[in-house]
Amino acid sequence: MKFAKTLASVATLVLAASAVHAEDANPAVIFDLGGKFDRSFNQASFEGAERFTAETGIAFREFELQSDAQREQALRKFAQDGFNPVVVAGFSNESAMTTVAAEFPDTDFAIIDGFVDLPNVRSVVFNEHEGSYLVGVLAAMASQTGKVGFVGGMDIPLIRKFACGYVQGVMATNPDAEVFENMTGSTGAAWNDPVRGGELAKSQIERGADVIYHAAGGTGIGVLQAAADAGALGIGVDSNQNYIHPGQVLTSMLKRVDNAVYDAMMDVQTGNWSSGLEVMGVAEDGVGYALDENNADLITDEMMAAVEDAKAGIISGDIVVHDYTSDDSCPAS
Amino acid sequence: MDLDIAIQLMGSSLRLATPLLLACLAGLFSERAGIFDIGLEGKMLAAAFTAGAFAAVSGSAWIGLLAGIAASMVLALLHGLASITLKGNQLISGVAINFLASGLTALIGQNWFHQGGQTPQLSGSGRFLGVQWPLTETIGQIPVIGPVYQNLISGHNILVYLALLTVPATWWVLFRTRFGLRLRAVGENPGAVDTAGVSVVRQRYAAVLICGLLCGVAGAYLSTGMSAGFVREMTAGKGFIALAALIFAKWRPWPALWACLLFGFLEAVGIRYQGISIGSLQVPVQFMQALPYILTVVILAGFGGKAIPPRAGGRPYVKER
Repeated sequence: MKFAKTLASVATLVLAASAVHAEDANPAVIFDLGGKFDRSFNQASFEGAERFTAETGIAFREFELQSDAQREQALRKFAQDGFNPVVVAGFSNESAMTTVAAEFPDTDFAIIDGFVDLPNVRSVVFNEHEGSYLVGVLAAMASQTGKVGFVGGMDIPLIRKFACGYVQGVMATNPDAEVFENMTGSTGAAWNDPVRGGELAKSQIERGADVIYHAAGGTGIGVLQAAADAGALGIGVDSNQNYIHPGQVLTSMLKRVDNAVYDAMMDVQTGNWSSGLEVMGVAEDGVGYALDENNADLITDEMMAAVEDAKAGIISGDIVVHDYTSDDSCPAS
Repeated sequence: MDLDIAIQLMGSSLRLATPLLLACLAGLFSERAGIFDIGLEGKMLAAAFTAGAFAAVSGSAWIGLLAGIAASMVLALLHGLASITLKGNQLISGVAINFLASGLTALIGQNWFHQGGQTPQLSGSGRFLGVQWPLTETIGQIPVIGPVYQNLISGHNILVYLALLTVPATWWVLFRTRFGLRLRAVGENPGAVDTAGVSVVRQRYAAVLICGLLCGVAGAYLSTGMSAGFVREMTAGKGFIALAALIFAKWRPWPALWACLLFGFLEAVGIRYQGISIGSLQVPVQFMQALPYILTVVILAGFGGKAIPPRAGGRPYVKER
């Protein structure tokens, strides 16, 4: 009897709560493997959500994935609990999102780095190859040895896309340059293995590389560390990572995941939600390179001019950066 | 050029083998005394976290190292309490320690630093940096010997050298001291040791504590030497590879060194050579990365020859009344 009473009051509470939040956004965000504080991809989505909270005073719920098996569970749980929108960052969530979004047609979902073709899903993808091209230009100009490196996280087409754009940028600037490419691994653990990342960077430095770009999430912390230790330059990714080793990080390839997360939440809040595919490139300020007081001394006027030229070229269409994922191959190597 | 690559590979192997070697010798002390320890992984992880945390807070890698050793020894005592005093199952106690360390490091790390279970980035004196040996520039000019001295012998951090020195030290302690003789005896025939009037319990506790000490150094090396800070699950199975190396080495110190160097070398090769081709056949990256694990399976399947563990291993000693 007592149990039934409790149940009834809980139900009333839940109903009351959902009535209050009916018009307000009630966002939830799911972080991918690698963790919320990877100083990179996930941290960018966390910052976007924080910005939303700071501006609207609406708190968000969050979940950090620990294993692949949790993807569907986490999505379904948030959708069941009435959260709207549910934002997920990471290509690995595509299939889970396809299943769950179909079950909850009234919930708005957003996926970053993936594409799900459902009427209630917004898919945000970035032209990482364009941003990587820009840092490739900078890398080629900053390199004294004519050898630069790339360390990727998990060996997937998305990361090859980073690598391919980077190589194109390097080669366009210095056709004689040599680029070493390494991938950390082929499982999710490759996003969070700084020891291995550092070792990969060291092996590239020993082969002569003096600028190393990473697209490896938490693994990249080790890459930047190894580069800084050896007096070489690192290039950060996703978030602005210049501050990690001031003066030792040439620049960072910015990928404005924070904007994508913020926009998704804000659009639900203001009633401007739209589904479908959104492509964020250099032209949309979705990707770019980072310039701040930590790397101001590393970027010469000449480099600045070259990279701005490249940027203008990409926007105008004079420079076409090949997208690895379009045909699973890279013309440059 | 080829010599350069070989030297780089060997240098890399040495760095990667160091945590394995320390953990392997830690297991050697414990198992020679008859206490199986599959909690090497957990002890290393706990030490890596504590070392990273204390080095970040104090700014001194040495304080981090001491804290890491302390944390590891506390877990070792726990293992001792469960398996020596309370005569519990040693394997279960080891598994429990692994889980405990995995959960606690993430939990404490999150509450302490609010960085998702990581510790802050270490810099400067918070880390063990490479030590340049004297006259590297001068000797580096000599062909062959120069590069070997400059890049292989010199330039590692102090814990690497410490790990290498631990090998002869272990051999000496185990095979040339009274303590070592008794330690090996309690692993083979504790009854005889007890009859001789030596405390089996005290001997085994000593072994377990030495194991904790070495695991502590291994863990501290991971977070303050090899990388700059702790991240969740950073041991990544090294404790288990160390166990495999221990069996491969048949519980002897010098073979343990070679076994660990071999595992380190395979990992270094996996890192260095991605996508090599033999003739027209492209070797997949995944294969190179799986090499150490494949080797582990091959070795454990018996290709390493017959490995006989200490006879009293895994059994708690019960004094007859």
